[in-house]
Amino acid sequence: MSPRQRPEPVQVVKQRRDAALRALVQSVPYIRFLGIEFERRGDELTAILPFDEKLIGNPLLPALHGGATAAFLEVAAIIELSWSLIWEEMESGRLDPQRLGPDCLPRLPKTIDFTVDYLRSGLPRDAYARARVNRSGRRYASVHVEAWQDNRARLFAQATGHFLMPQGGLLRHG
Amino acid sequence: MDERKRELARKFIEAIPHSRALGMVLERIEDGVAVISMPYDERFVGDPETGVIHGGAVSALMDTCGGAAVMSHPTGAIGTATLDLRIDYMRPARPGDRITARAECYHVTRSVAFVRATAHDSDTDRPVAAANGAFTLERPREVET
Repeated sequence: MSPRQRPEPVQVVKQRRDAALRALVQSVPYIRFLGIEFERRGDELTAILPFDEKLIGNPLLPALHGGATAAFLEVAAIIELSWSLIWEEMESGRLDPQRLGPDCLPRLPKTIDFTVDYLRSGLPRDAYARARVNRSGRRYASVHVEAWQDNRARLFAQATGHFLMPQGGLLRHG
Repeated sequence: MDERKRELARKFIEAIPHSRALGMVLERIEDGVAVISMPYDERFVGDPETGVIHGGAVSALMDTCGGAAVMSHPTGAIGTATLDLRIDYMRPARPGDRITARAECYHVTRSVAFVRATAHDSDTDRPVAAANGAFTLERPREVET
């Protein structure tokens, strides 16, 4: 029996995964414009939308703009789906995340349709979202997203979207 | 809708912080129909490979336009909020083009307004997106007699 391979040091694994996520998120201008950030625990992502005055849709209440909420949910869904593809490639060793950078980025899924369900008005504070890929095929995917603010159990919005998977290889070189 | 009411609606919509941040301009508003446009801006790009605007920015445009259509309906809403909004992305908008949305509030009940909308770029014959939504409809409190 051959000796079991020693696992990689934890910091090496973490750095590799974080670098891949950073490259993915930083490549999209609209994510930067809205100020959306991502936190990672293993393969699980949480999207964070830090409150900003420019996200307001109703200055009297005040409440977040439905469009800002929709964009936050769509970003969370696309990044989750793209991350799930990268994760598989990365963990199997087929993709070296160090190759990822401004000149080599993952192709993103394209939204076919997106339906947002507004459950209560978005308060003027940080919002969080988690997405779940319900079906991921060769061509199409279906993703569900939930968003909350103070209480995880009190969602303020949820959404379902269908996406066209990236074709012609996961990475593009530019 | 008279000119004064239209001017008020324009000021109201263009003062919404998120709509301002996206550079939205009210092009037309009357009796349940609103037309709002948004400039192309590199900060709004969702796919760096193609330079196409993010779906989220199109959502914000459709949502603002839908709300404006509800507010301009002759039924006389004093407030509205989105209950649900579905958007179909039919084709990518051309990078560099302004996107224009037209929303129509086609039915109202006591407390709900139904809206449909389309968006197009410089090619006005082929929409880039279509939307369907339900909005809350707030009416002035009835005076008891």
